[in-house]
Amino acid sequence: MSEMFRDKVEIDLTVNGEAVQARVPAGQHAVDFLRQELGLTGAHASCEHGVCGACTIRVDGETVRGCLTLAAQLDGADIWTVEGLSDTDAIRDLQDAFVARNALQCGFCTPGMLVAVEELLAKGGVPDRAVIREHLSGNYCRCTGYEAIVDAVESVAQKRTGKVTS
Amino acid sequence: MSVQFGNPDRPNSYIGKTVPRPNAARLVEGRGKYVDDIVLPRMVHVAFVRSPFAHAKIQGIETVDAASVKGVLRVFTGADLAEVCTPWVAVLAHLKGLKSPPEHPMAVDRACWVGEPVVAVVATSRAAAEDAAELVDVDYEQLPVVTDMMTALDKDTPVLHPEMGDNLAFQRVNEEGDLDAAFAGAHKIVSAQFSTARHTGVTLEPRSILVDWNPAETQMTAYHATQAPHMMQTVLAKHLDLPESRVRVICGDVGGSYGIKVHVYPDEVATAAIAKIMGRPVKFIADRLESFTTDIHARDHKIDAKIAVDKDGKILGFDVDDWTAIGAYSVYPRTSAIEGNQVINLCGGPYDFADYRAKTTVVFQNKTPTCQYRAVGHPIAVAITEGLVDMAAAELGMDPIEIRRRNMYADDAYPVTSPAKMRFEGLSHHQSMDKLVGLMDYDALRADQAAAREKGIHRGIGIATFIELTNPSPFMYGIGGARISAQDGCTVRMDPDGSIVALSGVTEQGQGTEAMLSQIVAESVGVLPSKVRVITGDTQVTPYGGGTWASRGAGIGGEAALRAGRALRDSILEVAAAMLQADQSNLDIRDGEVVDSESGTARMPLEELGRIVYFRGDTLPEDLPRELVQTRHYITSEYPFAFTNGVQASYVEVDTDTGEVKLLKHWCVEDCGRIINPQLVDEQIRGGIVQGLGGALFEEVHYDEDGQLLNGSMADYLVPMAAEMPDMIIGHVETPTKESALGAKGAGEAGTAGAPAAVMNAINDALRPMGAQVSAMPFTPERILRALGTIEE
Repeated sequence: MSEMFRDKVEIDLTVNGEAVQARVPAGQHAVDFLRQELGLTGAHASCEHGVCGACTIRVDGETVRGCLTLAAQLDGADIWTVEGLSDTDAIRDLQDAFVARNALQCGFCTPGMLVAVEELLAKGGVPDRAVIREHLSGNYCRCTGYEAIVDAVESVAQKRTGKVTS
Repeated sequence: MSVQFGNPDRPNSYIGKTVPRPNAARLVEGRGKYVDDIVLPRMVHVAFVRSPFAHAKIQGIETVDAASVKGVLRVFTGADLAEVCTPWVAVLAHLKGLKSPPEHPMAVDRACWVGEPVVAVVATSRAAAEDAAELVDVDYEQLPVVTDMMTALDKDTPVLHPEMGDNLAFQRVNEEGDLDAAFAGAHKIVSAQFSTARHTGVTLEPRSILVDWNPAETQMTAYHATQAPHMMQTVLAKHLDLPESRVRVICGDVGGSYGIKVHVYPDEVATAAIAKIMGRPVKFIADRLESFTTDIHARDHKIDAKIAVDKDGKILGFDVDDWTAIGAYSVYPRTSAIEGNQVINLCGGPYDFADYRAKTTVVFQNKTPTCQYRAVGHPIAVAITEGLVDMAAAELGMDPIEIRRRNMYADDAYPVTSPAKMRFEGLSHHQSMDKLVGLMDYDALRADQAAAREKGIHRGIGIATFIELTNPSPFMYGIGGARISAQDGCTVRMDPDGSIVALSGVTEQGQGTEAMLSQIVAESVGVLPSKVRVITGDTQVTPYGGGTWASRGAGIGGEAALRAGRALRDSILEVAAAMLQADQSNLDIRDGEVVDSESGTARMPLEELGRIVYFRGDTLPEDLPRELVQTRHYITSEYPFAFTNGVQASYVEVDTDTGEVKLLKHWCVEDCGRIINPQLVDEQIRGGIVQGLGGALFEEVHYDEDGQLLNGSMADYLVPMAAEMPDMIIGHVETPTKESALGAKGAGEAGTAGAPAAVMNAINDALRPMGAQVSAMPFTPERILRALGTIEE
């Protein structure tokens, strides 16, 4: 491993609406920084390859893989994780729908899944099931078989657009 | 007390209802606590140097450079750990002839598969430990490898463990009747070769363990992502020479298990051994490559099989020759012979026939060890059975539903013992099939298939009936000498404010154990489910139990909870009767109040009873028992296993130009006995189906002939993702087991058992007019095109 990876980099960022200043090793991934340095353990490291989506976070409004991003790249960024989205009730309807529909079992994929889902829902409208499935095709869930997740997403989209009132 | 679970108007009717899971609200907020989320004072990290060769002698280990890396504290070899940790041998006495050599937590002088741990590096950070691990210099002398299953027993194949004599781990023939005579008199004999690929579980949370050893109080605490905390307590105590009472295994949130996390892994025991040596907390979290090379693999079988039928489609017999290769060691303590043994116990399972012969041959090879993974052996046995039944139907020109109806055990035939000597207490094959045919609108689907065919679109319908082994008794492991608990316990306690705490030996892996237990305890005591706090996964506080395996949580753990809840109810009512000067038999508990059972009139809230018992016990009669904590244990005894049954259907479209299979829709009707929470059961089945679909279409661990694993990342080992998966229609028939008051059997593995066979049969239904057939999973585009003759060698 290169010594360079251990060089420290100063970063200054906002995480879940709170100002953060840190000195991070150049080789540290964003998800490890959030989990190990900030105690934000909602995003999970799993495939460490950008394939499974368990580490999905929001960076400057974009959905990003925490395992493919270096902490050093986050200087000046506005970061949101499931913890901040929960505290601000930003995705409360989606979380409630996941619970009601049992769209999670072990819950390891769920924080990343929710961030990915919210990216789709934020575009507005009611995406059809194939579009929901396609959008989530970068988020692996071994437990549910996905159908309950698709149902939950669809129900939230319908409620947000006023297509159903229940 | 007899409860009419079928009556929805009964008091406290929580069994059979969809209630939310108590832990789900926490998990959606990212408030889960998985092992890697836990940080302890003075915690250090271990990274393993693993064998890059499938078989190699360890000539020497040079660790000076590694030890000099900043942050590195210790470097351990296999010999170092052998001084504090005894090796294990994974055999079971009832699997006669099963053999396997002693295995250490790290290789001592020889490595036998790519990924076997050889050296452990401990550092203050995982990054430093990994950096240092790369600097460890192991001098290997490569040895000849055994990688091919079918030649493992050949004379000129090297013997992997010379002290074992040969590469045969286990062999068994399960035979009944006169198969040769049955085949000699058959109208048709259909034979086929099947293969199921080597899979692994790909839990999203990698294997994880954090072990602390406090020598000052001789206490080991292991935070472990496991399905069986009490089994791990026993294993760590035994091999690290500690009393069981001094080993506490805590299993918090677990990020997926599916059978992967019920085994003893060398690197996890090594982590505990290192903690014991260093006297401080040591964390090991597998990375994804380690998951692929060291999580157990499964399902690597090749089968030659035959079915004999008469002219009416009546099945006369099955002849099955199953081979599997299990890697370098049988896995402790469940062993790696169970899967093959299950295959030969389960073939032909749904059908009433007389003559049977099934043989399994289990061999060693230089690959990652295989062991029990969700639906152990079932997907293989169901693929063999249902594949052959469909092929026989096609030979006879008979509809696949019809041939099954002519052969499935009648719904009133029970109890019966099958030719494979499996005992069935009560199954519902015909009722389930009828329900499936209705749900999928079979005739309309056939019409759609025909209409599509006219347009050159090739769709197929596949049916797969199945049986599923659940609620295991000690006949599964205990009688073979393994310290794996088939019994389970539950302690139910009333706190002073009338709320209830239930401590159970079964565990939560996300399947909804805690919700299921809260419903049972709520109903059996007489309180709201929200008043029941369920605690699982802590060996220091929960009754000894088996945890999660073989679909036993609801059937075994649930019954223990029911009995404990009822016992607490009786204790509460005994006190209430004394306080109210009433006859205990005229009192009941409903929604947290003691009431008159006839009129329902409220007599006293549980909170008041709690206040008196805990704070003013002086006002109660001196000899009145006031035991508001009750523990009950449950074990099945009449049947070795509670079999469930079901039937699945798959509708697929095969693109004959590209070889791609599109899953259009999937159905499953399943009979798991009493359903405690309909939503949780449906979602277990859906998740299980998709795990089976992965095996049917995508999943295969590839090795080269030198035993190198070729696809050790999630970019290369394909798992089902949302876009390719179908919607699934789930239906139920309920045939409760009479062994327990609850009547629940298991539901967690049925989906995985039947899905691959349903897809195989659907693909072959689509391909049949073109004279093509596939029976080697996964059904990749390449295999489909080869079957069609589009591409050739």
